Amino acid sequence: MISDRELEVLINEVFEYYGYDFSGYSKASLKRRVERLYQIDGISRFSDVLSKIRSEEGYVKHLVEEITVNVTEMFRDPLFYKLLREEIVPVLATKPFIRIWHAGCSTGEEVYSMAILLKEANLLHKSLLYATDINSVVLDTAKKGLFPLRMIKQYAENYRFSGGSEDFSDYYTANYGLAKFSCELNEKMVFSQHNLVSDASFNEFDLIMCRNVLIYFDKHLQDRVLRLFDSSLSCLGYLALGTKETIKFSTVQDKFQQLNREKIWKKVK
Amino acid sequence: MEESKIISGCKALLIGGSAGSLEVLIEVLPKLEQLKSFALIIVLHRKSGEDNLLENLISIKTAIPIMEVEDKVPVEPGYIYIAPSDYHLLFEKDETISLDTSEKVNYSRPSIDVAFESAADVYGPSLAAILLSGANADGTAGLQAIKEAGGVTVVQKPESAEVAYMPGYAIENMSPDLVLDIRQILEFVKNINTSK
Repeated sequence: MISDRELEVLINEVFEYYGYDFSGYSKASLKRRVERLYQIDGISRFSDVLSKIRSEEGYVKHLVEEITVNVTEMFRDPLFYKLLREEIVPVLATKPFIRIWHAGCSTGEEVYSMAILLKEANLLHKSLLYATDINSVVLDTAKKGLFPLRMIKQYAENYRFSGGSEDFSDYYTANYGLAKFSCELNEKMVFSQHNLVSDASFNEFDLIMCRNVLIYFDKHLQDRVLRLFDSSLSCLGYLALGTKETIKFSTVQDKFQQLNREKIWKKVK
Repeated sequence: MEESKIISGCKALLIGGSAGSLEVLIEVLPKLEQLKSFALIIVLHRKSGEDNLLENLISIKTAIPIMEVEDKVPVEPGYIYIAPSDYHLLFEKDETISLDTSEKVNYSRPSIDVAFESAADVYGPSLAAILLSGANADGTAGLQAIKEAGGVTVVQKPESAEVAYMPGYAIENMSPDLVLDIRQILEFVKNINTSK
C-alpha cells in the first residue's frame, strides 16, 4: 500500500513537471486510485512509478486517465432527471437561449441525457451544451456518442423512471456492441478540456451540472470550484450536484437556495 | 487477546454485512442505548436506488441518532452512519467521510473491503470491525487490513449466520480476534460502550 508520504511525493512530482495539481483531491480516494494504477501497470515499488513519470513519454497522461474516476451512466438517479424535466426545463424554456455546462462530463452519458430532455421539450435548437473534463481521452469518447450496448437496458429503464415516454431505442443505432447516439443530439454540444483545479470561468450559464465530481476533492478545493461555479452562473441560474454532495461546507452557500431536498440550488444573490 | 485491547480507545466501530446481516442488526441495535465514545458505521450491500429504505428501517429499531451520510460529513461519536447505495465509503485523515463512485469491488458498491481498508488507514488501533452474514467474499481483505493496523476484528460465528459464506470465508483466510454469535456480538458492542 502506498504511504501518505509517497502519495505526497507523487503529487508534487506530477505537478512540478506536468502542471496537473492533485493536491486538493480527497486523499482516501486518490490513494485507492494510485493503488489501482499499480495493479494495472504491474508496479510493485514506489520508485518504479516515479521513474515512469520521469522518463516514460506519455505516462502522466495515462496516469491522469487512470486516477480520475470515469464511472457514469445515462439518466443516473432517474428522480433527479424527473425533477430536471418537470421543474427546471420549463424555467429554462422561457429564455431566448439556453447555456448549460457539464463540468467533469467524463464519457458524456449525462450530456446526452440532457440533450434528450431538451429535445423532448423542443428546446435543443436554442441550447448549447458545454461539456468539459480534465481527461482528453474520455472527451473523445463523449464526442462520438458511442456507449456500450450492454448498458442500454439499464439506461432505457432509467429513462422511463425519469419520466421519459418516447421509445428510447429511437435515439441510437446498435452496432458491434455499441450504441451510437443520433448526431442530432450532439450537434449542440461543445467539448473541451478544462481543469476545475486551475482553469477559470469561461462563460455564463443558466445551468451547471457537476454530479459526483466534487466528492473527489477536499473541502478546500470544493470551495474553490463552487466559487468558480458561482461566478459562472447567471442570476437565478441553477447548480446541480450529485445526490450525496452538498454546498453547506462552502463560503458560497448563502448565495444559493436549495430546491426542497433535491441537490439542485438556485443562485439568488 | 487481552480484554483491555478489545474495549479501550475505540473511536469507530464498523459493521459490514450482506445477505442475512440486517436481521442481526435488528436484533442488536434495539438493545443498545447510546454510543458514548465512538461512532458506528454500517456498510451493507444494498440495491442501488433504494435509498432511505434501509435508513428508515434501522432508525425505527434504535434510539441512537442517525447522521445522514453526505460527502465530507464529520465522523462524530454517538452517531450511526449508514453507507449510501451506489457509493464506496472512505475515511479522510481529518475523520470525515468521503464518497466515491468508482468501479464496484467484489461486485459491490459500497464494498466492505473498501470501507474497512480506508478506516484501517485512518483509525489504526482505534478501530473495531464486525463482519456479518453474507454470500460474498467481501470484507475479508478489509478485516486483514484492520488487523495489521492494530484494530480489533470480529467475525459472526458462521453457524449463527443466515448465510455462512462471508464470515466463513473470513475465518478461513485471516485470523479474526473474535468469532461471536449474535448474543456475544451485542455484549462486545456494549463493552466498547462502557469503556473509555
